[in-house]
Amino acid sequence: MKYAVQVNAGPYTSNAGLDAYRFIRAALQAGHQVSRVFFYKDGIYHALRHAMPPDDEIQFTRDWSGLAERHQIDLVVCISAAQRRGLLCADEAKRQGKSDDDVAAGFRIAGLGQWLEATLLADRCIVFG
Amino acid sequence: MKKYLFVMRHMPHNGSHVQETLDMILTTAAFDQQVCVLFVDDGVLQLKDRQNPAAMTLKDTASIFRALEIYDVKTLIVEIESLQARGIEASDLILPVQTIQRSEISALMRQYDVLIPD
Repeated sequence: MKYAVQVNAGPYTSNAGLDAYRFIRAALQAGHQVSRVFFYKDGIYHALRHAMPPDDEIQFTRDWSGLAERHQIDLVVCISAAQRRGLLCADEAKRQGKSDDDVAAGFRIAGLGQWLEATLLADRCIVFG
Repeated sequence: MKKYLFVMRHMPHNGSHVQETLDMILTTAAFDQQVCVLFVDDGVLQLKDRQNPAAMTLKDTASIFRALEIYDVKTLIVEIESLQARGIEASDLILPVQTIQRSEISALMRQYDVLIPD
């Protein structure tokens, strides 16, 4: 089965992001495919490169980056949701006359068309948060 | 082509969720997919008339709901029990809607390929 996953909640708002992460690991272990995760609304906070939680806590962003690298999962952060909340990739920041580079490894910024495409190609869509 | 059902469950003008879900609805419709929007629980208040969101920080979502027809989103369904529990009549809503009973909702959901909650 091919899954499209959407994460709507921030890492410190609810367990939705963690649930999504664990669901994806379980799905992959069971032989399913997860081609894309779309981070929307406060879910975009998972992509903050400079998030620095204490060492003895869950490292949300690092875990997502690792998952993306190990399993070639496309982690897409919605551009409008990200801009509203001040998360800018280096290119976009430059266009806005700013010097940010906020997007962690394995994540990329793109539009809602990427979300729609994922839902069209997937057998099942699951929304967390 | 797939059939998308968006399920609106929360109060309007409380955070950005209505506006951001509307962006998804508009994107889905703009790519020529079939879209229905279902309003349940506090979500029915999103269509309540005489809202004054000018002092709120985000857009007037009522005007976006009114624009849905231009995008061919013509099926808006409201749960009767949610209206009754809040003392709202269908005539208090900003748009013509179909009404549905709670007992019919699972059958409605089975007709759609993708379910997106707000």
